[in-house]
Amino acid sequence: MSDAAMTRREWLLTDRPQSRLQARLGRAYVAWRRFTANRLAVIGLVIILGLVFLAIFAPLLAPHSPYIGDLAKARLLSPGPGHWLGTDDQGRDILSRLIYGSRLTLQVVLLVAVIAAPIGLLVGTVAGYAGGWVDAVLMRITDIFLAFPKLVLALAFVAALGPGIGNAIIAIAITSWPPYARIARAETLTVRNSDYIQAVQLMGASPWRIVLRHIMPLCISSLIVRVTLDMAGIILTAAGLGFLGLGAQPPLPEWGAMIASGRRFILDQWWVAAAPGVAILIVSLGFNLLGDGLRDALDPRGSGQ
Amino acid sequence: MSAVARLKPARRANRRAYGRLKSVAGFLVVVATTYLGLLAVTFFIGRVVPIDPVLAIVGDRAPAHVVERVRLEMGLDLPYYQQFWLYMKGVLSGDFGTSVLTTNPVMADIRRVFPATMELATVGTIIGALIGIPLGVLAAVKRGSFTDQVVRIIGLVGYSVPIFWLGLLALLVFYARLGWVSGPGRIDVVFEYTFTPVTGFFLLDAILNRDWAAFRDIVSHIILPASLLGYFSLAYISRMTRSFMLNELGQEYIVAARAKGLSETRIIWGHALRNAAVPLVTVIALSYAGLLEGSVLTETVFAWPGLGLYITNSLQNADMNAVLGGTIVIGSVFIAINLLSDVLYRMLDPRTRSR
Repeated sequence: MSDAAMTRREWLLTDRPQSRLQARLGRAYVAWRRFTANRLAVIGLVIILGLVFLAIFAPLLAPHSPYIGDLAKARLLSPGPGHWLGTDDQGRDILSRLIYGSRLTLQVVLLVAVIAAPIGLLVGTVAGYAGGWVDAVLMRITDIFLAFPKLVLALAFVAALGPGIGNAIIAIAITSWPPYARIARAETLTVRNSDYIQAVQLMGASPWRIVLRHIMPLCISSLIVRVTLDMAGIILTAAGLGFLGLGAQPPLPEWGAMIASGRRFILDQWWVAAAPGVAILIVSLGFNLLGDGLRDALDPRGSGQ
Repeated sequence: MSAVARLKPARRANRRAYGRLKSVAGFLVVVATTYLGLLAVTFFIGRVVPIDPVLAIVGDRAPAHVVERVRLEMGLDLPYYQQFWLYMKGVLSGDFGTSVLTTNPVMADIRRVFPATMELATVGTIIGALIGIPLGVLAAVKRGSFTDQVVRIIGLVGYSVPIFWLGLLALLVFYARLGWVSGPGRIDVVFEYTFTPVTGFFLLDAILNRDWAAFRDIVSHIILPASLLGYFSLAYISRMTRSFMLNELGQEYIVAARAKGLSETRIIWGHALRNAAVPLVTVIALSYAGLLEGSVLTETVFAWPGLGLYITNSLQNADMNAVLGGTIVIGSVFIAINLLSDVLYRMLDPRTRSR
């Protein structure tokens, strides 16, 4: 058994991989070993997996309904058996609301990433590969968006679009893409003059094909790291918008909005506002730890910094 | 031959002056286009995104003739490029329109509330730098140790905590339960008639007036929100300080200083930190700009009468002129600080000067 494990390890770490698959698996194995050597990063991964687990199985895990509370008997109960984190002013179980809220948090984070990362990737790679005035114009636009304070710009957008979780996601996505464009451009500049690109050019590939098939894949790993690191910021911005009443609207159990509604009872029933804040803190800490770990694992140049 | 040699320095000086002129011109172009972009984005948000910008300003209960008048006043019957031209002219001459909520010109409102935000952000940055830099230095010197890990965790939590939530809890603990600090607002009502603001920076005003009772009260009001913002910037400052210090401590001049037998304290604080200080100036400037943004949420929690509270109040009342005016001002300060840090970096680091 141990002999088989040894050979599998050797197979993964070999200097002369026989197939593309073997080379990829070997690379992944090395990155995974480096990642798991970082205890904090593993904690981050566990937190995020826990969040995903909660979001998927929310109906099974939540002990009560997140929307319907017992107004007559269960208003603002303190934490205890039956309601482990207490109840809010409408008699709703806070723990259940937090569990369902994980779906909203995950939704915001994923949608922002899905919208913003491709925009940044496209702008950055095109600017980097085309160069000249295309580069100048695209990067000027990127810089203009970078010059804006994110939260304030998102606020203004939501003010114009109207409050709601969909508009909050759009606003955050619009303000998040510029750093991705910068990273993608920097990566593109390092590879655009390399031999393999010249080889593809000689074979007659169109610029679009080169950008899409041969440059973009190389930008992905540094982009993933940056997106993961940004997710904590996205969660905080979304929670901030929710807190100001501009994000998810009641009765949605969005964590920021829950803090806002618990604010009125902060003096006597502090747990109503405290619990969702702890949830936000844990999840964004998880994303930060995971992002740090990914950066160290995928990009050894920046480790230790 | 000798004539050429004599000519050379003059030509080189010329070329250098030309290069400098070119970089200054390029700099101005960057400033101008960035600002133009800022105006374009706010114009887009205010005029193009809303389904009916007039409705966004006068509300849905205004009579038809008012709506029509405002539509003409705003020039909404004109094509977009003319509208943008008018908008740009207005903003550049300091006219952001009138606030529906306060009925004052938005510019006058902003001038009134902005010093409060500046004061908060300034005190916050000072706190963040005073604690963040030593923490970062410590973490770099004891790299990999328990101290390093603790500093890292402190920083990570600072990056991850929702600042408005921390503010609420801090108010609960330090104001409501312990009574160590004063509650929301900038100054107690008691001082409303005896205290006359001069500069708008209350701490400075109290010192100028030699009103020590008011000074104590202002300090006890500002300490909590400023500490929170300070923690926010501490996370960033300590992380960057650590990274800069690690970079410096690996340099050869440190080995040389050790070989000369200098004390470790001298090497760390006198040599390494002094060289790390150049990029640190940029970091502190950027974190100051970040605090202007962080103040939006903090001011809401602490009822701090600054620009952040002004923007959120206006948002809640669908007062679009005020929101956009506030956005433009914060955006402009952001741009200004970014450029300023760039200039400072060039001035402080002799290596970038010749280029």
